[in-house]
Amino acid sequence: MTDSPRVASGAGSKLKIRKIATFVEETRTEMGQKVDPPTRRAAAVAVIENPYAGQFVEDLSELMTIGETLGELLTQRAVAALGIAGPTAESYGKAAAVGENGELEHAAAILHPKLGTPVRRVLGKGAALIPSSKKRGGPGVALDIPLGHKDAAFVRSHFDGMEVRINDAPRANEIMVAIAVTDSGRPLARVGGLTKEQIKGEDGLR
Amino acid sequence: MPEVQIRKKLISVEEIFHEGGPVAQKPLRRATALVVIRNPYAGSYVEKIEGFMEDLKPLGLEMARALVKALGGDPKTVEGYGKGAIVGSAGEIEHGALWHVPGGYAMREILGDAKAIVVSTKKVGGPGTRLDVPVTHINASYVRSHFDAMEVGITDAPRADEIVLALVMTTGARVHARVGGLKASEIKGEDGLR
Repeated sequence: MTDSPRVASGAGSKLKIRKIATFVEETRTEMGQKVDPPTRRAAAVAVIENPYAGQFVEDLSELMTIGETLGELLTQRAVAALGIAGPTAESYGKAAAVGENGELEHAAAILHPKLGTPVRRVLGKGAALIPSSKKRGGPGVALDIPLGHKDAAFVRSHFDGMEVRINDAPRANEIMVAIAVTDSGRPLARVGGLTKEQIKGEDGLR
Repeated sequence: MPEVQIRKKLISVEEIFHEGGPVAQKPLRRATALVVIRNPYAGSYVEKIEGFMEDLKPLGLEMARALVKALGGDPKTVEGYGKGAIVGSAGEIEHGALWHVPGGYAMREILGDAKAIVVSTKKVGGPGTRLDVPVTHINASYVRSHFDAMEVGITDAPRADEIVLALVMTTGARVHARVGGLKASEIKGEDGLR
């Protein structure tokens, strides 16, 4: 936990973080079969104030800046939680849940224009699209973060998803922003397709 | 003695800066360790189950250490704790009760002989069941500022023949605690209560 959210607050003047949660999941067996090495994935989630809750605002550029700051902060937190160096990460994903007084477009403003660049900076590469999901919901809503290989979207063993939730978020005027990072694919992946060993890593797809 | 078979582990940490009031000087941190194990008694009534408590002791210590590490590594920063279990539908609530001794004593040992009883809750449920794990001060149960709870759960657990074991540790009072009562600074620390 090297980076304080107050530093982060300086980067985006409207960024107000109420809490940050991290989750690390490690799977050791599945259907009695040993998963060796265990598959591991982490999610870092920030609960922030929605500066545009309850009103229609045409220009969402403040939220885009917030997305840029959170892209770096949350990716660092997720990688630190896994205890790995950024470039060792294999797959990633992002998601946001907007509280009831906000718009889905607020989630889009955070996730899509500027969040990806710092994520890729922390992870070294990241040629592939960062898969995403978004929704509006109340406190405790389950957020399913889609996961895909960071350098080649077609790697079938790494298509996955991670559910996260925080019982008291998002409140009506808040947004929950999540980034998930793994050091592995699904446990016991065996449905064929492109493997990570076959990645060319040029177009982000294969 | 049945072997402890672990399917997965989940560590989560919350760092709370404020809840609508003044931003805390030092953010409150709360962590949970969840481990999904196979329930060796699922599917039938077994009279003698006590031995499994002994088998669970190393896991309890491992989880307690993992929590201290997740909170920064210094056991002295831990001020609150709690524990719980969710038993899959082919088991009984009594199987969850097996966690009281190994879970509770592990945390008390790792935290340097904490004096207060470790509060707990448990239930039988399906995959994705949420459990509100109660939390109280580690040395004096009556410290009002440290009464708290953390909701835990795992999307795909417990399956019918599994148990989710939970430990929780926190680094302090509720972020805007202000309802009076015994304060942490007033603890006598003799009986685990006050």
